[in-house]
This record gives sequence, C-alpha cells and structure tokens, in this order.
Amino acid sequence: MADTNTKPTLHQKLFEKNSLILTLGIILTVSVGGVIEIAPLFYLNSTIEEVDGVRPYTPLELMGRQIYLREGCYNCHSQMIRPLRDEVERYGHYSLAAESMYDRPFQWGSKRTGPDLARVGGRYSDEWHRDHLINPQSVVPESIMPPYAFLADAALDYSNIQAHLRVNQFLGVPYSDEAVESARTDLEAQLDEFSSGYDDLVARYPGVQVRDFDGNAGEITEMDALIAYLQVLGTMVDFSTYEPEAAENQR
Amino acid sequence: MSQSNAMPVRSSGLDGMLIGLICILGAFWSLMAAARGVDPQMVAHGWLMLAGFIAGLYMLVNAYSGHGRYEESGLYHDNVIKAGAIATIFWAIAGLLVGVVIALQLAFPDIFYFEQFGFLNFGRLRPLHTSAVIFAFGGNALIATSFYVVQRTSRARLAGGLWPWFVFWGYQFFILIAATGYLMGVTQGQEYAEPEWYADIWLTIVWVAYLGVFMGTLWKRKEPHIYVANWFFLAFIVTVAVLHLVNNLSIPINPFGSFSYSVFSGVQNALTQWWYGHNAVGFFLTAGFLGIMYYFIPKRVERPVYSYRLSIVHFWTLIFIYIWAGPHHLHYTALPEWAQTLGMTFSVMLWMPSWGGMINGLMTLSGAWDKLRTDPVVRMMVVSVAFYGMSTFEGPLMSIRAVNALSHYTDWTIGHVHSGALGWVGMISFGAIYCLVPWLWKKKGMWSRSLIEWHFWLSTLGILLYIAAMWPSGITQGLMWRAYNDLGFLEYSFIETVEAMHPYYVIRAVGGAMYLVGALLMAYNMFKTITGDVSETEDVVTPQPRAIPAE
Repeated sequence: MADTNTKPTLHQKLFEKNSLILTLGIILTVSVGGVIEIAPLFYLNSTIEEVDGVRPYTPLELMGRQIYLREGCYNCHSQMIRPLRDEVERYGHYSLAAESMYDRPFQWGSKRTGPDLARVGGRYSDEWHRDHLINPQSVVPESIMPPYAFLADAALDYSNIQAHLRVNQFLGVPYSDEAVESARTDLEAQLDEFSSGYDDLVARYPGVQVRDFDGNAGEITEMDALIAYLQVLGTMVDFSTYEPEAAENQR
Repeated sequence: MSQSNAMPVRSSGLDGMLIGLICILGAFWSLMAAARGVDPQMVAHGWLMLAGFIAGLYMLVNAYSGHGRYEESGLYHDNVIKAGAIATIFWAIAGLLVGVVIALQLAFPDIFYFEQFGFLNFGRLRPLHTSAVIFAFGGNALIATSFYVVQRTSRARLAGGLWPWFVFWGYQFFILIAATGYLMGVTQGQEYAEPEWYADIWLTIVWVAYLGVFMGTLWKRKEPHIYVANWFFLAFIVTVAVLHLVNNLSIPINPFGSFSYSVFSGVQNALTQWWYGHNAVGFFLTAGFLGIMYYFIPKRVERPVYSYRLSIVHFWTLIFIYIWAGPHHLHYTALPEWAQTLGMTFSVMLWMPSWGGMINGLMTLSGAWDKLRTDPVVRMMVVSVAFYGMSTFEGPLMSIRAVNALSHYTDWTIGHVHSGALGWVGMISFGAIYCLVPWLWKKKGMWSRSLIEWHFWLSTLGILLYIAAMWPSGITQGLMWRAYNDLGFLEYSFIETVEAMHPYYVIRAVGGAMYLVGALLMAYNMFKTITGDVSETEDVVTPQPRAIPAE
C-alpha cells in the first residue's frame, strides 16, 4: 500500500487498527438507507389505502395459495399490474397496495415467463384451469409451462388449517376467533353450496365463490384449492365503483 | 488430538464442547420433528437433520480421538480451506447443471418435463439453481477464500480451534436442508430467501460462528493494519447477517411444522424482500467477491493495489449507497413512488463506486499487463472484473424507471444477472481457486495449462452466447408486450411473445452448457493437480525479465 512513509491517516488509525470500530462503522453505514427507506412504510398511512372489498383469504384459498408457493409459480408469474397502458389493457386495472395487504409472503414476482396473474380470477372457467394445469399444451399449444396433473390426484392436506389461520390472526389479519375455530368446516363448505356451513362461510367471507372447483365432488384435492385461489385473484375490489380520485383513496 | 508435537496446543476444549452441545440440541429437536412433525416434509427433514447432527457428533469425536485430520501443523489452518475449495467446485457443477436443465426445460418443454415427476418442474428447480449457484457455489468460495486471506494478511492462524470446521460443515448442512426442501416444496416463496424458518435459524448459528472466526483472527493479527480485502469480507459477513435476520422474520404454524408466515405482508414485505434481495447482490455477490479481487489479483500479478485512497473511497461509498438501491426492483408497483425514486437515484449513483472498484482491480495490472498473455488465470480474473464493470453499468441503466418499464419482467433481467453471476462472480472464483489449489496442496502449478485455457475460452464464449441471447429476447418480449396495431389494439397475445423466445432459449441453453463444460474441465484439472505429480507442467509461461518502475 502507498503512503506508508507519511503520517498515518485517520482511516488507518481508526478503522484499520480496530476491527470493532470497523464493524460498527459498517453497521452504521448500511443502516442509514434501510432506516430512511423502509421504516416510514410501516407508519405512513399513505402506504396502503383502505379499499372496500379486500378481505382475508378463505381457508380453501389460503391452502391454494400454499400450493402456489410450494410449486414456485412466482418464478414465472407476477401478480402486479403496473399502471402502463398496455398492461392495464392486457390484464386489467393496475394493482392496488390494498389488494396484497394480507399476502404473506407477497407474490408480486419479478419475471413474466408466463402472463401476470394478479387479475386472473374469473377470466377462465374452472374447467379451463383444470385442463390447463393437467396439460397446459392441451389448451395453449405453444405454452412452455410444465404439467401439474398430480394436483388432481393429490388429496389436500388441511389438517393444520386452524394453525394457518391462527398465525395469520396473530400477525394482524382480521380473522375472527370463530373463523379460526370453523376453519375446517369453512374449507369444506366452500366446495359444496348445499352444505350446512354455507351461510356462515358467506357471512364471514363476503363474495366467496362456492362450488366444486375440480369437477370431482368426491374428493378435496390440491387442484380444488389451487383453482379456488386462482379464481379469487384480483376479484375482491369492485372496480366499477372504485374511484381512484376519491378523497379516501388519495391519503 | 494433539498427539504429535507439531500440533498447535489447544488452550481449551470449549470449542468442541459448545459444538457438541449444538449438535446434541439439534439432534434432539430433529428427533422431535421426525416424531411429531405436522406435515410429511417436516418429518422427512427431521430424519435428515437427525442424520446430519449425528454425523456432526461423529466428526467431533473423530477430531478428539487423535486422527488429526482436523488440525494441522504449521502457522496456518489450511485443511478447512482445502475442503472449501473442493466444495466450491462441487457446488458450482451442481448449480450450473441445474441451470442448464431449467434452461432446456424452457427451450424444449416437451422433452424435459415429466408428468410423473412433478417435483422436477421449473418452479421447484429454479430456486434450487439460484440457491446452488449463489449460496452453495458463491458462499463456499467466499468462506474458503476469506479464511485464506484473513490468515495471510493478518499473519495469524484461524481463530476458534474447531469452529472453522463447524462453519464449513454447518454451511454444507444448511445447503442440504435448503436444497432437499425445495424439491419437497418447502419454501418461503421469496426469491433468494426460499429456505424455511428452521434452515434460517441454522444458517444464523453458522453465520455467527463465521463472524466469530473471522473477527477472532483479525484480533490475533500480527499486522498493524487490517488489509483492504478484509474490509470487504467483513462488510459482507456483517451486512448479510442483518439482511438475513430481518427479511426472514416469520412465525411457523407449529414448532414442528415446515411452513411459516412472514411477519411482513404486501407492500412492506415487498420492500424488505428487495432490500434483502438487492443487497444479497450488493454484499454477498459484490462486496465479498471484491474481497477476493483485492487479494488474489495483486498476489497473482505481484503488483500492489493500484490506489489505496480509491479503495477507501469506493469501499465506504459502495456500502453506503448499495443499501438504498432495492426499490428499483419495484418500479411502477404499488410501492409508494417516493421510495421508487430514492431507489432509482441511489442505483444510478452506485455506478461510480462500482467502477471505482473495477478501476482499482484492473489498474493493479499496471506494469504487468503482459501477464494477460502469459497467464490464463490472470486473464480470467481480469475478464471477470471487466464483466463486473459491464454489469454495474447495465444495472444503473436498468434501474431508471423508463428503462425498467421495458426491461422489468423480461429476460433482460436474467441476462443482466448472468453477466454478473457467470462473468464476475463465477470467473473471479475460478481464478481464485486456480491460485489456491497449487498454493494449498504445495504444487508447482495446475496440472494442465491448456485445460485452463480451454476453461477460459469456453466460459467466456458461453457467457457471451448467454447474454447475447437474453438481451434481444428481453427487449423483443418487452416491445411485443407494448406493441399496438393500426386499430389501436394490442398487437400480440401473450403466448405469441412466448413463442418468439424459443430461438433465444435454445442459444441460452447452449451458452450455459459451455460454461458448465468449462467447470467440468476445471474439476478434472483440480483432481489431477491434487492427486498427481505436477512437477513437469506449469500453468504460467515463464515471465520475461522486466524493468520494475521506481515507486
């Protein structure tokens, strides 16, 4: 190193002689950006506007979301529509912060090897989703998506569903105690519109879609859960009544 | 152990006792998880971890029972670095292989997907690839080289007795848990932070031990000053610890359940994740590897670092500015715009300290440029620094909101990442290992110089094919997404843009395969060097006499 014959600089005396001071200096230096940039998001009201219609996921949708995570769908599909003309025309209204406020983890994604899924709910029929997941090329011949046929045969393991809701409740997702208690019956009720739990389910989760999603009424499969999740994506907010310029959405 | 008198005297058995305690507690928890796990993945991982901790205890007993494989005579503790060099190249090949497989899946989906083997689908293999190359290959390269560098530049033996071995094996164990988890579908669903909560806790323990060994060695140093490479290694270790701890804060559904929920949701989760994700690039893949550059390039070319002053300036500005850059991954999203703007501003500023490092690395060759011709290892490291310069110019460019509107979500990002990962991280690591192997195993040089040449050209051309495919692929797809026809409708359906990617995906797979073949040649060369007699070959042409300029 140069400068060795001159007087030692402050840097040499301070940081290069004391590993603890060097470490502290590093920690302080790297903390500044994180504190200034991230911390405000947790207390600024403007981070997430309150929007009518956004509700926590039903137990079945939450389990479907687990399948979505498990299979790594986020590696190829985003869930974040940017306010750019072509994206809004292709996928629908740009995504609002509130729409992912109960998403743990968020699934905005970083790559679109396949299309954005933020508003895929209601775009296609359950049958289309089932055929597409079993063999994507059967409905989209040029698709490069892998087959997920095994989901149709795999029984959904929802033995821990109450624990899933309870942890979310603890973290601040507004699940009521009854919602946690009846998670199992709610999950089963979402697949059968004639079940006794139907009224409670609809009361707890307004607008919930209730039907047998995989066309196999005998079994609760992973396919049921995943399609239920895909069909709710982006459908919670009614954009025919949403006014982006309204005062309550400008906070 | 210390039967032979050349062995360093162990001051206490505290290291072994603590490691033993960790293994016993770990084995106990694993047994509980195997017995009481609430999901099949947890049960499988319980058994796997139990086996791991028992293997750890076995190694510990072995270390004390006098075989002496874990301690050696001499000033420096080098056996753990030898293991690290081998692990580095092993994981490089594993990670690159998975990369080639997933590249082929995107190019030829009819051939490389199997309906019966859903766990081999792209979604599960892609995290396996990214983690294997970043954390397994890159992480092992960093641990091995940092252990080597901190000893040499401090003139002190690695601190902590058996702790360096704990760091090495503990880290491999983490990789094993993470990798098997991905195949079983155990994931946090956040890019580059996929390992679940128990793997994260284990990594935290290993990382604290790593920091302890590193700082302990610095405290024992006989050199008055801490060498510049060690600043970068220290910044890497400390900052990665902070990032890891904050971004992985989560609550498991059960103490014996393999799934957890992040304490952050939505927007906040997005920003913490990309604060983590971008600084994994900044501190894992940049600061750490700059530490490698600052030792191995000057050492190999036998020239001092170009500018001491520049190294101070670029060190502090680099670590200060990097931390802010994360939000450029979230342009035009639901993240508040002020945060996006801050992220973009600092990303553009980041260009300067990045190039400060590049200039300091390249100009270290002043007076030794002829080595580019004579020494393929120097050439490899210099090309690596050149790729560093290129991708740290490309990064700020892509962080500009208007550019990002086009590039985001496309293969341009993938190309950018790979010019950094294959070019900078990969080649500086290969260069460092080519230096280390003869030094550690006391050989005259590598077994074959021409294999190094082949490795250099295969990997350089492989990278060029890779990024030359991903740029047009990304820009094409971005432009097709936003193309309108004369009637004012979107010109292309999404699937048409996917179809257009096919030729690029084929070229990308070829480039990746070439890079993999280069790494295989390196593994063979290493094997022959370590096991064989290399007295007859040399990896460097004898340098011509040269005039040394006066300082």
